[in-house]
Amino acid sequence: MDLIFEGIQKAFHLLITLDREVLGITLLSLQISGTATLMSLFIGITTGTVVALTRFPGRQFVVSLINTGMGLPPVVVGLFVTIFLWRNGPLGFLEILYTPTAIILAQAVIATPIVTGITLASIQHLPANLRLQILALGATRVQMVWILVKEARLPLLAAVMAGFGGVISEVGASIMVGGNIKGYSRVLTTATVMETGRGNFDIAIALSVILMLVAFLVNAVLTQIQQRERPR
Amino acid sequence: MMVETRSDILLKIEDLQVRRGGTTVLEIPSLAVFQGQVLSLIGPNGAGKSTLMLTLAGLLKPARGNLLFRGDPIADGGFTYRRHIAMVFQDPLLFDTTVFENVASGLKIRGMGRQEIGRRVPEYLERFGIGHLAKRSARKLSGGEAQRTSLARAFVTEPEIVFLDEPFSSLDPPTREVLMGDLERILRQTHTTAIASTHDQAEALRLADWLAVVNRGRIAQIGPVAEVMNRPADEFVAGFVGVETVLPGRVVRTSGGVITASIAEDREIEAVGQVEVGTEVLCCIRPESVTLSISPALSGTSARNVFSAAIRQMTPLGLFHRVRLDCGFDLVAYVTGQSLTELDLREGMPVVASFKATAVHVIPRREMTLT
Repeated sequence: MDLIFEGIQKAFHLLITLDREVLGITLLSLQISGTATLMSLFIGITTGTVVALTRFPGRQFVVSLINTGMGLPPVVVGLFVTIFLWRNGPLGFLEILYTPTAIILAQAVIATPIVTGITLASIQHLPANLRLQILALGATRVQMVWILVKEARLPLLAAVMAGFGGVISEVGASIMVGGNIKGYSRVLTTATVMETGRGNFDIAIALSVILMLVAFLVNAVLTQIQQRERPR
Repeated sequence: MMVETRSDILLKIEDLQVRRGGTTVLEIPSLAVFQGQVLSLIGPNGAGKSTLMLTLAGLLKPARGNLLFRGDPIADGGFTYRRHIAMVFQDPLLFDTTVFENVASGLKIRGMGRQEIGRRVPEYLERFGIGHLAKRSARKLSGGEAQRTSLARAFVTEPEIVFLDEPFSSLDPPTREVLMGDLERILRQTHTTAIASTHDQAEALRLADWLAVVNRGRIAQIGPVAEVMNRPADEFVAGFVGVETVLPGRVVRTSGGVITASIAEDREIEAVGQVEVGTEVLCCIRPESVTLSISPALSGTSARNVFSAAIRQMTPLGLFHRVRLDCGFDLVAYVTGQSLTELDLREGMPVVASFKATAVHVIPRREMTLT
């Protein structure tokens, strides 16, 4: 038990004194996961909306693929991103393996199916005749899609939360493609793994507390928006 | 043919076929809608009313055929055409924002300026009696208020044709009654051409100048309301528009524009019409045309068709009582509450039923094709 108390104490100490290294790791985590989430929102909302609104052969299969992708194991993503970015790999020329960019890439790959899946479900959940109603109001196809996405904005916030929550807490891919390089590609999760391995439980606990706090704060803000908009 | 050459045709379809999931759901050789006309599409559920409505609104692509607006075929995927129309569905389908923003949505889509929107929207909110709800969230409206918002959203764009797809069917009867009155008034005021579908005959009669009876993806009959009601083209239309007595028979005599048709158990009915002797016919008698009395002497009627009958069943029906009679054939009469009391009608009681030869509409029988 002492171990936990000491850890929490240490965490507060690190937080209050604004420990330079911990602060750097936290900010990098936010920056990487935030960027990855933004990328996944862009790709995921577009793809999800297109799949939700169109009918094509093999659509069922694509939907299954997206749903499966929502549970993609980060280590598998890490493995494949590593292979792609490896010096002799198809994207090796980019020379971004073991950089924060590589982590962003891997996390975006993890978050995109989550965002796509939730978008798909939210758009499909809108009343079937709503599309026709919007078109009957004189909308172009583009206006129609934009209005539909706006109508689905509350469930789409859930996509943001799920996407961000998925990547900020992910460790497998980050450690594989980022390399956990001190002061460069070390994020909250990879640092926690390392400190635990070294037996520095107090720092590991401190990092975990910060991680949970960050995840909680981001979700609290989004929940606030979501609940304020929801009438009654 | 006269219909095809009228100069005020606003919307017209030619040789239309709509398919869904491999089967033909709509097949209409021609249909014309005139400027200022209120056309009601009536028919049972699943007859194809909504499909026809969506096709006419340019929202459903037909497998074959043309849709012409002011004589020109609909082009560019219907985009330009859709800016001339508006549609109200059975569900209000409001956006998750305020009533004001909902009503403004069609105008915003058209890129209308803030000032013009600020002028037009309140005007239409008032017209539909929802001015006080402008700032309320659309999610907090009653069914009637929501449908009013949806109607205001459609009319504010000042469409040339408004499509109303069973707009009142999910409302409770008192709300429906009031809203229908308002819609009727606004349609007359604005002279907007309207196409409204319903499976409620009373609703159709109240709003429409013209009636189109839709059945199994085809238009069974189209024409001015009185014509369709009183001259149903076939058995289905007759049954659907409320001619409750439809008697099959055969023409046995004709004389001076009056035909005599023999129906079940050597009873004969006289009717006005021009049908050859020997033709199989359907005799349609509207229930309100049938008069009941206690004895033939007291009937004091010039009616040619007088039958002694027994009352089999009486059903209250709002303003009327529906009386089922056995005259050797089935006959349905509507009797007012007052007559019911005066004649002291009871089930099982013998009465005299009469109706004029002009009240009988004779339809030469055609084989009903089952598809």
